[in-house]
Amino acid sequence: MTAFILARFLRAIAVLVFTVTLVFIVLRLTGDPAQQMLSDNAGPEALAAFNEKWGLDRSIPEQYLYYVVNALRGDFGVSFADGREVFTVVAERIPKTLVVTVSAFILSLLIGIPAGILAAVRRETALDKSVMAGAVLGYSVPNFLLGLVFIFVFAVWLRVLPSSGSSTWNHAVLPVATFALFNAAAIARFMRSTLIDVLGQPYIAAARADGIPYWDVILRHALPNAAIPMVTTIGFVAGGLLGGSALIEPVFAWPGLGSGFVNATNTGDLPVVQAMIVLFTAFMVAINFSVDVLYAVLNPKIRKH
Amino acid sequence: MAFATSSRSPTRAIGNPSRGPLRGMPVSIGLCCMWIAIVIFIGLSATWLAPYDYTHQDPLARFARPFVSAAHWFGTDYLGRDVVSNLLVATQTTLMIALAGSLICALIGTSLGLIAAHFGGWMDNAIMGFADAMAAVPFIIVALSVLAFFGTSPLLFVFLVGFANWERYARLTRGLVLSAREEGYAEAARIVGVPAMRIYLRHMLPNIAGPLIVQFTVNFPEIILLESGLSFLGLGIQPPETSLGLMVADGRTYLAIAWWLAALPGAVIVLTTLSISLLGDYLRDRLDARLR
Repeated sequence: MTAFILARFLRAIAVLVFTVTLVFIVLRLTGDPAQQMLSDNAGPEALAAFNEKWGLDRSIPEQYLYYVVNALRGDFGVSFADGREVFTVVAERIPKTLVVTVSAFILSLLIGIPAGILAAVRRETALDKSVMAGAVLGYSVPNFLLGLVFIFVFAVWLRVLPSSGSSTWNHAVLPVATFALFNAAAIARFMRSTLIDVLGQPYIAAARADGIPYWDVILRHALPNAAIPMVTTIGFVAGGLLGGSALIEPVFAWPGLGSGFVNATNTGDLPVVQAMIVLFTAFMVAINFSVDVLYAVLNPKIRKH
Repeated sequence: MAFATSSRSPTRAIGNPSRGPLRGMPVSIGLCCMWIAIVIFIGLSATWLAPYDYTHQDPLARFARPFVSAAHWFGTDYLGRDVVSNLLVATQTTLMIALAGSLICALIGTSLGLIAAHFGGWMDNAIMGFADAMAAVPFIIVALSVLAFFGTSPLLFVFLVGFANWERYARLTRGLVLSAREEGYAEAARIVGVPAMRIYLRHMLPNIAGPLIVQFTVNFPEIILLESGLSFLGLGIQPPETSLGLMVADGRTYLAIAWWLAALPGAVIVLTTLSISLLGDYLRDRLDARLR
């Protein structure tokens, strides 16, 4: 198993290096940073001084080394927008995003897994059909639209919750609810189909034939076997959290990474964009790596090697 | 799927049960087909159907409520523009982009899947490795990054949207081609000297089309969602062009005083994606049943 984990770890590092390199290449392809950052009528001395300051007058391999070393130290230059350190700009948004995504993720597991189990066990009943209808709606309604519906109902109509901002805990309710419902729909759907697959296996019929009580069969025999594919799905959902935050956070003016990324994209604030891409990639790589490790831990076929 | 399972209950069938393609089709799927037909009709004829030029402003008739006056069925927006006209043209734009994107996606995906299956070896590894990497990152992040670096242009946007989820076609095609190659007809065609390209396009493609079409119905609504999401963020379609996502974004500011500005385009998005998804689920169940 150590060899498996080591191989996965090396692959994760390789993906990260690849992304950082790609971002560097694309950034250099899109034009002269000095001209983008300084005003149009900046003189040649100003351009030269800028290039010297950021090491842009050196050769491309040297620039790349410079860039990687700085990136490793967390130094991504300064934001085009307000001249602050990119590191600070990005870092101050991380806790805001974590609050929403982590609580939404936990909530979606708490809703989605039981809903999926119940739907699978009570298959073809009204319960199953309503869970599945909810799941179908979940992937047909865009998440930003669901957010707007929540704002309309709870902020405009009932006037019980704030629609935007992040100053109190109340402000987090609607973004978390939007996020959680959305992901719960996906999780419930996969939980249901995975469990239905498992329940069709011969060993379940054997356990039933042995006279083991029905819920014991579900909890002790079916669920552990359904857990392995579920880890992959839940990993996907976790990985999608940042993508979702890019759409949900702007709806609620929640000052996290998602809305920061969209703002930086809109204003062409490339240093912030590249720092966020590296951060997002690191997050995705970490998620995928943990999924692989969990998979190995849960699956005896891999564990025994 | 909830609706598709009910397809087996005869009470909900429409039409004569012995009549060809409609046999055993549940009412919900019939409604979905109807809505899809309406949307396709709008897509083809929006510019003729629109009662006004959607950019025509009438400042004296701002925020007219919907369902009140015959002049503006769905009311007017903050500049007094007719919502019906805007909605028709926006639906057309969104549909065109989703269609172009889906076709590009299907083309890229199936070609790469074919190439991976045909050449095997390192080519297979490279393509499938790339596919895995693409699947691991939420596409909206990739799309936002590309738009940040290159700016928004309609052509780039269509290609970008078309690049989403190509890996699913690639995986599917690769798997289907590999298993089709084991079947007699491909071997027979190869033995009588049919060139590889012709075997793939004329013999295999029609045989593996079913799952690819189902994939298309899964992909199409997702591309609509991606388009409307990016336009909603102000990074997709740019005014004065219009799209459903852009209309929702526009209407969002006036949620408190003019709910219909965001609700109507939102409803069109949801109904369309829902209809196509349900139809796709139904088709998948039908095709699966036929394979069994």
